[in-house]
Amino acid sequence: MAHDASPLNAAKAKAKLLDADAIRRAVVRIAHEIIECNKGTERLALVGVRTRGAVLAQRLAKAIEQIEGQRVPVGALDITLYRDDLSRLTPNPVVQATDIPFDIADLRLVLVDDVLFAGRTVRAALDALIDLGRPEAIQLAVLIDRGHRELPIRADYVGKNVPTSLKERVEVRLQETDGKDEVMLEEDHG
Amino acid sequence: MAETAVVTPDTMQTAQWTKKDLLGLRELSAVEIRLLLATAESFREISLRPIKKVPALRGKTVVNLFFEPSTRTRTSFELAAKRLSADILNISVASSSVTKGETILDTVKNLEALKVDIIVIRHAAAGVPQMIARHANASVINAGDGAHEHPTQALLDLLTIQEKKGRLEGLQVTILGDIAHSRVARSNIWGLTKLGARVTVCGPPTLLPVHIEQLGVGVTYDVREAIRTADVVMLLRIQHERQEAALVPSLREYRLRYGIDRDRLKLAKPDVLIMHPGPINRGVELDSNVADGPHSVILDQVTNGVAVRMAALFLVAGASNKPNGGEPE
Repeated sequence: MAHDASPLNAAKAKAKLLDADAIRRAVVRIAHEIIECNKGTERLALVGVRTRGAVLAQRLAKAIEQIEGQRVPVGALDITLYRDDLSRLTPNPVVQATDIPFDIADLRLVLVDDVLFAGRTVRAALDALIDLGRPEAIQLAVLIDRGHRELPIRADYVGKNVPTSLKERVEVRLQETDGKDEVMLEEDHG
Repeated sequence: MAETAVVTPDTMQTAQWTKKDLLGLRELSAVEIRLLLATAESFREISLRPIKKVPALRGKTVVNLFFEPSTRTRTSFELAAKRLSADILNISVASSSVTKGETILDTVKNLEALKVDIIVIRHAAAGVPQMIARHANASVINAGDGAHEHPTQALLDLLTIQEKKGRLEGLQVTILGDIAHSRVARSNIWGLTKLGARVTVCGPPTLLPVHIEQLGVGVTYDVREAIRTADVVMLLRIQHERQEAALVPSLREYRLRYGIDRDRLKLAKPDVLIMHPGPINRGVELDSNVADGPHSVILDQVTNGVAVRMAALFLVAGASNKPNGGEPE
């Protein structure tokens, strides 16, 4: 949850990490890797972490369909209720619905998120998924891996590895949610 | 929080719940009511899972403190707490120290000494939850106080209407029955009018409070007129236990003049919703063939009740995380 696209938070933009073309290429490459690693699309399904991970999951599904001619099931996961910092956040964040319209038991799931940072979102997502059933395997795809893990978690598919400092923020903006495709590195004021 | 009728998903992201307690719909803004409804909508899916439980309130303790008998509200709160992984205890008046002369505030102070986080309270006297909320650090949720408010019931009614009709704004809602004794009616009037629905209350003159129109509702004694224009007809239970004062001559006469049966339903719009907070007096305010008919959403109300109470518990628990006890800064 390393993003806050509100223009009111006028953090200073330092660099554009990915432009629209680069995001498109990263998605297509990850789609190829997913197909290769899973030897096709059989029993494969994508689950995106709301909000932008869910958008990326839809794009990955489209790319996979263009490559393999097979549509894989796509779901969206809200991990708010599984966060380990719920009792420290004030007040509780807005909850959106989890929408996974298929049985995940015995599927090979690819969990999709925009930014991999501390790894706590992924930890919460794993708990949330396992409450819904027992998949055969769960893999992780992220657009940006910015480092600073606090948990033993790594991504199977990465769009771009970006070494960052803790004072920086990675802002992923996507057409569907923010009106444009770009990934920016910004300096946090606080 | 600004009083706006329209909340887009964008502003919903920034809408925040800052109240320690949920005491009534009167003091809530339209934005806050919509946030509660949106949260409840998200929670609905959890009850459809094979494993109906999420860890959101793990480690929190909720107490159901009921000074009036209740089955469905208490059960609904209990399930809501359990599905959020909170621990819950039930205290009913019969087994409490109140029968030994303890004051309500002492009961609450004792619960707080036991480190309870959320108190769900029902009491026959209006204002008791508000009084407790002022004195307690724990969050307080009003589960019905006298004839005053029953916010979670109204919220589940709003959620059900929104689910079935796709909107609340511009709808014509008739509340029919014993308005005078009904906290359900009062909470619904606040909630519905804040979200842009038009409300008409209907019932025998003895069961309509004087000056009720000051709440911004239409008033009629004519059940046919009240049904004809309604998108939603919300029935209230005729409370036998309050009929000692002979406010209606007999249940039979009430049924003849105000009960909803198949014939009377023919006057209504073809897509009218029939709602009832339960328990139903079959054959008094509502005939079985209507209660079990295609227009009835009474059991959807029950299902939505759990989601609404999960939302209420979740949001007040979040607000009381604040070190200063949840008072807005």
